[in-house]
Amino acid sequence: MAKQSDMNGNNDLLLDVQGLKTWFYTRDGVVKAVDGVSLQLKRGEILGLVGESGSGKSVTGFSIMGLVGERGKVHAERMMFDGYDLTKVSAEQMRSLRGSRLAMIFQDPMMTLNPTLRIDTQMMEAVHAHEKVSRRAARERSLEVLRMVGIPAPEARLKAYPHHLSGGMRQRIAIAIALLNAPKLIIADEPTTALDVTIQGQILYEVQKLCREMGTALIWITHDLALVSGLADRMAVMYAGHIVESTSTAELIERPMHPYTHGLMSSIPSLGTRGQPLFQIPGSTPSLLHLPPGCAFRTRCYRADAQCEHAPSLLPVGDDHLVSCWHSGEKS
Amino acid sequence: MSAELIMQVQGLRRDYVQPSDFIDFIGRKLRGQGKPPPVQAVMGVDLDIRHGEVLAVVGESGCGKTTLGRMLTGIIPPTAGRVLYKGRDIAGLTGAARREYDLAVQMIFQDPYSSLNPRMRVGDIIGEAPVVHGLVSRAERDEYVCSLLRKVGLDPGYRERYPHQFSGGQRQRVGVARALALKPSIIVCDEAVAALDVSIQAQVLNLFMDLRRDFDLTYVFISHNLGVVSHISDRVAIMYLGRLVELADTEEIFARANHPYTQALLKELPVLSAGKRRFDPISGELPSPANPPSGCAFHPRCPLAMAKCREERPVLQEVAPQHWSACHLNDVSGAAGAAGPGTPVADRHLHNAPQTETA
Repeated sequence: MAKQSDMNGNNDLLLDVQGLKTWFYTRDGVVKAVDGVSLQLKRGEILGLVGESGSGKSVTGFSIMGLVGERGKVHAERMMFDGYDLTKVSAEQMRSLRGSRLAMIFQDPMMTLNPTLRIDTQMMEAVHAHEKVSRRAARERSLEVLRMVGIPAPEARLKAYPHHLSGGMRQRIAIAIALLNAPKLIIADEPTTALDVTIQGQILYEVQKLCREMGTALIWITHDLALVSGLADRMAVMYAGHIVESTSTAELIERPMHPYTHGLMSSIPSLGTRGQPLFQIPGSTPSLLHLPPGCAFRTRCYRADAQCEHAPSLLPVGDDHLVSCWHSGEKS
Repeated sequence: MSAELIMQVQGLRRDYVQPSDFIDFIGRKLRGQGKPPPVQAVMGVDLDIRHGEVLAVVGESGCGKTTLGRMLTGIIPPTAGRVLYKGRDIAGLTGAARREYDLAVQMIFQDPYSSLNPRMRVGDIIGEAPVVHGLVSRAERDEYVCSLLRKVGLDPGYRERYPHQFSGGQRQRVGVARALALKPSIIVCDEAVAALDVSIQAQVLNLFMDLRRDFDLTYVFISHNLGVVSHISDRVAIMYLGRLVELADTEEIFARANHPYTQALLKELPVLSAGKRRFDPISGELPSPANPPSGCAFHPRCPLAMAKCREERPVLQEVAPQHWSACHLNDVSGAAGAAGPGTPVADRHLHNAPQTETA
């Protein structure tokens, strides 16, 4: 495998994505689902990728995993992962990376597990796909990761079919499968959206513990800013295919600079907003098919003016704080 | 007090019998088994709904909150117990009185995609029922639909469109307009904002509050999201496995939750936090209603369970004025000399303050 030595000496960078563009060519036109996204992730770091539906957050995850379908074209100026150049690796190499060094957890555990195969078959298959080990060793490994994600009676669970298990249990199995080959990076695409709050808490607890113990980096894709704020080291907010703000979690929560981030944060209902109207961002997310030129958020933005007809770029506004807005600043 | 009660629920129960085919029937005969036991989705709920309030019903999936909502609207009949609308049992209503109830209690559903007929124009979806029920004449229909669309924040020009031409948030507004068209006094919202994005959710929640003021509405707000509930509701009823476990004013619940389950739910509420949070969830899952645990249904997951919890089911009792809770800890707290039930847990978690992680 063509493992390149990193010229820039950024050895602590696990993932370095610059200018990622994933465009879908449809009959109605080009959908720029991801349009120039740059992400950097250190080893063991947890990144919260936040955005509403249609913001391109899931497609960003799929692009890194190399799971974009035929219609989509992925182009990146730079996409380095753990010394591999993901823009250059062959399909064969990508497949061996996926599931071993890179893993993904999806939203719906009903869809990711094969309903006709027992859990042990699915888990051991994932081990054997990347390593030549005995069935016994593969089973031992499966049991070990099932214990790690807090599944009670793992021996019995190995014999079960997915439909025997509850949604929370299935999602734990999906996480366990992702962990089988001790990946360097896990991309989790809204893994707790379909689950109850108490089960969501359990999953977050396990994930936080695992990342800390194993040093696995994590990209947690979600629409719930509040949820990921308790988990992530860094946050990136996406809107209409662009990252509009990116900084550490503490900085983002305390000093959000982009008007969209202000809007997202103040529209979260809570006990503190009782009895008063919630702050609302007018309108709805634009169709990516006919995006007007300039800042994509300007039609919904309270700070928009003539300058916003030119697209802003992601620029530093402080120490390690990037914002893409002509009128960035804290909420007045 | 009773004058302002718009709806009362008394001992409401709903069983579901698993359908049994012929083979199953023969198999059970041969094994000497009887009919399969019914699954109790709602196991006896008493609830008063006051005129003009927003009553939230909160619980995990499978706790029976949707079944309860459907019985309130009369979509499904209860197995036992009564629903009283303005003091009269809805099971006994006939003719004009029944129709008054049917129109007065409307529902907004969770999924704005499956709850609108894809083959009907939005104008027909909203305008059909009021014409059928004689609220407006056919000639006035168009104008009526336009005024409703304006009220829910949609362009009246959209009435010729089909549901697939709208986004999720717009569809939910159509669902709201359809419910409003019959001039209801109670709207049951079953997870009405759960499928919406944060920015759209805020718009729809604001719309609910505006409509409540303009139309003097009462809401039964079924949700699993305590954040939304804390914002919108006046009172909160917490359900667990078919029963109410706690009922109180919103401020009271969020400040002094009594039941360990409520405390656990509050602890899981995601809050914006600059520091990392230590997730410390309750273990286990909602038990199956087909095979409920003995005694208190929550005891297998409860961190404070005692021997009594396994044997005896606690009943709702008033632990503070207008604050009911079903927990045995309320009986022993005096003996233990504690300030109140579940205090140790309450101290740690009630305000669900993000605990900064010590790495």
